[in-house]
Amino acid sequence: MPVRDDAKGKTYPPFEYEVGKEKIREYAQAVGEDNPIYFDRERATEAGFRDVPAPPMFAVVYSAGSVAPAVLDPEVGINVAMMVHGSQEFVWGDVVCAGDTITTETSVKDISERGGMGFYVFESVSRNQDGREVVRGTWTNIVRGTS
Amino acid sequence: MRVELKVTPDKYLPHRYAGASGDFNPIHIDPEFAKQVGLPGNILHGLYTMAQVARANVNAAGGDPRALRRLAVQFRGMGLPEQEITVTGAVREERDGRVVVDTEAEQGGKRIIRNAEAELTLETR
Repeated sequence: MPVRDDAKGKTYPPFEYEVGKEKIREYAQAVGEDNPIYFDRERATEAGFRDVPAPPMFAVVYSAGSVAPAVLDPEVGINVAMMVHGSQEFVWGDVVCAGDTITTETSVKDISERGGMGFYVFESVSRNQDGREVVRGTWTNIVRGTS
Repeated sequence: MRVELKVTPDKYLPHRYAGASGDFNPIHIDPEFAKQVGLPGNILHGLYTMAQVARANVNAAGGDPRALRRLAVQFRGMGLPEQEITVTGAVREERDGRVVVDTEAEQGGKRIIRNAEAELTLETR
C-alpha cells in the first residue's frame, strides 16, 4: 500500500505547557544529570539563570503534547505498530527555566516513500511566554511495510 | 575538547524515563509485550539515549545547558537496559567560538546512535 501524503503541510492547534521545578528534577534524575543547577534554585541563579533551567532534551517533555496528536492523526495514517523513530534534530534558542510557559505548534513537514518504507517528518516550534523561540524539533518516523 | 561518557541504565530506568517523559509505549516498559513483537526484551527509549549524547556534549563544553545549540541524531538498532552505553565525540570544525562535534553512542559493539552532530558554543551567553 503506497503512502498517502494528503496530510503534508497540515498544522495542529498550539499546545501549552507550564514548566515546573519538580518536573525538571524528575526528568534530570531520570537521564542521569548531576549538575546542581537542575536541582537547586540558588545554584541556578548563581549561574545566571532566572530559575532552575531545563536540560536541553527536556524539549521532549514540553513538546510531546503537541507532536503526539500529529503522529497519531488518522489523516496522517501512520501504522504505529510498524513505526520506528528514525532520526531527530533539535535547534535550541532561549534557555527554558522553571516557571516558563511553553507553547508548541507542530506541522507535517513531509511524507515520502523510499524502498517500501514511509518517511513521516514533523516539525515542532516551541516558544516561551515572551514569544521567543526555545526549540525547533524535526522528528522523522519511519514506517516499515508500506508497499 | 573531548566527549566521552559511560552510563549503564539499570533495569528500571525505562520505567523512570517513561514517567519523566510521558512515553509509556509498552515496548519500553513491558518485557513480555516487547518479546511478543519480536524484541529481545523491553528496550530503551531512543530519546533517552539521545539525552545521554546531549549530556556528554554539554559536559564536555563545561556543563552549561545554553552551550548546546543543535543536536541531530540517527537512531539505529535498539538500546537495552543493564548494558553500558559509551558516548564519544570529536570536534570536526571550530569557528567563531562555535564547534561542530561528530558524536555517537555505542552499546555492546553496536552504534545505537550514529552520524550525530552537535553544535556547541564555548562561551555562554
